[in-house]
Amino acid sequence: MSPLGAMQLAVALPAAASLPIAVTGRFPNLREAVTLITALAVLVLVGSEVPGVLAGDRPEITLIEFLPGLALMFRLEPLGMIFALVASFLWLVTSIYSIGYMRGHHEQNQTRFYVCFAISIASALGVAFAGNMLTLFTAYEVLSISTYPLVTHAGTEEARRAGRVYLGILLGTSIGFQLLAILWTWNITGSLDFREGGLLAGQIDGPAAAVLLALYVFGIGKAAVMPFHRWLPAAMVAPTPVSALLHAVAVVKSGVFAILKVCVYLFGLDFLTSTGASDWLLYFAGATILVGSLVAMRKDNLKARLAYSTISQLSYIVAGALLASSLAATGAAMHIAMHAFGKITLFFCAGAILVAAHKTEISQMDGLGRAMPLTFAAFFIGSLSIIGLPPTGGTWSKFYLAMGALEAGQFWMLIVLMVSSVLNIVYLLPIPIRAFLARPAEDVPDKVKEAPLPCLIAIGVTSLGCLVLFFYPDLLYQLARLVGAGAG
Amino acid sequence: MGNVFANDLPALQVVVPLLSAPLCLVLARWPRLVWALCTAVTWAALAIAVSLLKSVLADGPISYAMGGWAAPWGIEYRIDVVNAYVALIVTGIASVVLPYAYTSAALYIRDDRIPLFYALMMLCFTGLLGMTVTGDAFNVFVFLEISSLSMYGLISLGQDRRALTAAFQYLVMGTIGGTFVLIGIGFLYVVTGTLNMADLAARLPEVTQLRTLHTAFAFLVVGIGLKLAMFPLHLWLPNAYAYAPSPATVFIAATATKVAVYILLRFVFTVIGPEIAYQDLPFGEIAMVLAVLGLLTGSFVAIFQRNIKRMLAYSSVAQIGYILLGISLATVMGLEASLLHLFNHALMKGALFMAMGCFFYRIRSSRIEDLAGIGRRMPWTFAAFVIGGLSLIGVPLTVGFVSKWYLVLASLQEGYWALAVLILVGSLLAVIYVWRVVEAAWFATPSARAAEAREAPLAMLIPMWILVLANLYFGINTDLTVGVAELAAGTLMRGLP
Repeated sequence: MSPLGAMQLAVALPAAASLPIAVTGRFPNLREAVTLITALAVLVLVGSEVPGVLAGDRPEITLIEFLPGLALMFRLEPLGMIFALVASFLWLVTSIYSIGYMRGHHEQNQTRFYVCFAISIASALGVAFAGNMLTLFTAYEVLSISTYPLVTHAGTEEARRAGRVYLGILLGTSIGFQLLAILWTWNITGSLDFREGGLLAGQIDGPAAAVLLALYVFGIGKAAVMPFHRWLPAAMVAPTPVSALLHAVAVVKSGVFAILKVCVYLFGLDFLTSTGASDWLLYFAGATILVGSLVAMRKDNLKARLAYSTISQLSYIVAGALLASSLAATGAAMHIAMHAFGKITLFFCAGAILVAAHKTEISQMDGLGRAMPLTFAAFFIGSLSIIGLPPTGGTWSKFYLAMGALEAGQFWMLIVLMVSSVLNIVYLLPIPIRAFLARPAEDVPDKVKEAPLPCLIAIGVTSLGCLVLFFYPDLLYQLARLVGAGAG
Repeated sequence: MGNVFANDLPALQVVVPLLSAPLCLVLARWPRLVWALCTAVTWAALAIAVSLLKSVLADGPISYAMGGWAAPWGIEYRIDVVNAYVALIVTGIASVVLPYAYTSAALYIRDDRIPLFYALMMLCFTGLLGMTVTGDAFNVFVFLEISSLSMYGLISLGQDRRALTAAFQYLVMGTIGGTFVLIGIGFLYVVTGTLNMADLAARLPEVTQLRTLHTAFAFLVVGIGLKLAMFPLHLWLPNAYAYAPSPATVFIAATATKVAVYILLRFVFTVIGPEIAYQDLPFGEIAMVLAVLGLLTGSFVAIFQRNIKRMLAYSSVAQIGYILLGISLATVMGLEASLLHLFNHALMKGALFMAMGCFFYRIRSSRIEDLAGIGRRMPWTFAAFVIGGLSLIGVPLTVGFVSKWYLVLASLQEGYWALAVLILVGSLLAVIYVWRVVEAAWFATPSARAAEAREAPLAMLIPMWILVLANLYFGINTDLTVGVAELAAGTLMRGLP
């Protein structure tokens, strides 16, 4: 398979699969088979690209000349490779999980759910492969709109209100700020291509560059940099697999991925460093890291706590991009994958607890670990990875981010990262600890009652992933290093 | 034989629809035949428009002397890229509206009046095409009146009696507009002694400083401004669109204001010339202020409308603001954006009004509370509305994005930062007014009317989806629209080639 064909196919397959999924809606087993086979095929396609990219290939393909001199095009580079790998692998795992969850929880309109899910993944891969900012923006918007039915899946008044916040903030920031930034870039450079070393260097002076970067950072609302983070907790009304994949992987990672792309391939890390355009934005990222963690501590609803934790963790990546040092960019790229595995494990566990024990509030989970030992063990591993402790993958990305902060000379950022780790411990670890050690609440069943088997398989895979990434981070590191090298 | 007709295409573009109007009455005993005839005529007109555009693109402007009387004494039909493009919009929309009208017109109009309805449609069609292809200033006025009078008739056919007041309101405003245009043309005739546009353009430079000329220009702008619903002359539009029969609304909304914009462009750029309009007179500044006010108030008022057809009408006022904004910049890029939006707005408003027509066909109401929950009962129509709405907002992969892209870029190139921001603010307001309908139609408990609705008939769905798919197709493949709009903008900026 030529690399070009693989990229198009990887995007086209899930989009096309939405049709057979819709048609086979009456036969759930067949429908799920379509989803799983597609997911597997996409993973194989994406995986087949890895050796080439490591060897230095940057395959590109022009899909259509959209406007004179401006095409919708794909170009595969290491950062996109990381994101595409993570998204396609976790789609497969989430598909397995959803089968258990959606049936175990007797959700309505499952066909619509799987159709929108497939389209969302196609657009997330579109974001990953995007060869210029226009393509990225297009895929980004399709992702916002195709996930709207997923967020509002329940159809209740609450879901409706959440959907309004979700779409309002994501469309509002992307049209109001991001599109303006894109047009500004196009107006001064006459190009939107992602290029090693950046596009804007020398084309725009310091203060204007700072404004432009701010338009990008806040315009990419999916990165949930405060004050544009409200959509993320709101979107937690969605069914858990949606929260898991979209709000730990596809949607939020599209956001931080886009910011990384902008910093590395539009501005160029050297240019960012020399103009200092990103310095003041770092304060927003730093504040988001801390405030997100602090708010998370006060949330009793498990999914809400995880949502704020996500907000905080996303800004690690944003900060990594804005630090504009080679090590920080490497760490940020790695954190896309590390956080994805850790957070999706936690969300899977939250969903499993809901399906098996019908509990959503943390205060009700005392002693639940005895009934659901596997789930809470996995939760423990996921928490370690988010905190950044061995033996989990999160250790590495946090290490590189911290080194990057030193390299960039931003010592306060190092302190922020360390404080945040402590806060992570405070709001995450008590959950499994109390589940295992505290006196059981009265309604906790005595005997083991875990979630359905597909859920457990998925949880097992992702929590193992957290461990494996600690011992074998090599592939990820190789790719991430290439991103960081974009500085040179 | 074929060659004989090939040379007469500019005349046939107008004559064929004109002849079909009385035929509608002759054949009145067979309403279906009338419909079939009109549909065939619109398709023929589309074919003529396409072949005219092709030949203009290949060989440059075509001049046609009506009845063999040479210009400037006789009436000249003059086709260049600009009006060939507008004719394509008008005929394209007409050839989807006519099939759509077959089912939907029957809802509003008694069986024995159906042929009358089609006769009016054809006259309106004739008038719009005539304004588009003619190269004679007085001829513009004649066709303007033909289209206007038939439009008053069409609007008054609406389902309830408010249609009558709406038509009357439009009649008063439209007549004032028509009269102003006539006065303007009269003044031009007084100072130059000619009515042929090319001839006018050639002679006007000798009299640039005359106050009469400036007065003529003012009358023309206000008169045409009334027809194109330029803020604050738009007051006739919301009621007219809201209460007219659905097929008439679709047709008028997608074409009439577009042709008026074309006439404005023709007078400003070809006849009077941009030097006088933008340098001697403050046309650019005035148009820019009115455009911004129009796009903001239109969008803002739309948010509070409970009748969704009215809401879309206010959105049209806003969209006309976008078009005017591009014109006010007086750059090739700005004109290109405006011309693109002529085409693109016709597609999106056409699709949206068709969707409203489908809803109305089933539930006999356009009010948001009656539309509650309709999305689940009429999923195809609902999907069409959503895509049309996304296009209105300007989401990538739809035509709305292309327009917006060019318009913002045109503002940025001239250094108008505030304009760029305002255009995007307009987009955000569109998110609000579109999404409140989407939310109500999808999530709310079905209203009594919606609960009994079923999907619209296929005869309405197919034309609607043709427009919806066109919204997507021209949003992705912009060769035709951007290419032609660029040429047309260049032609206008250079004056008469």
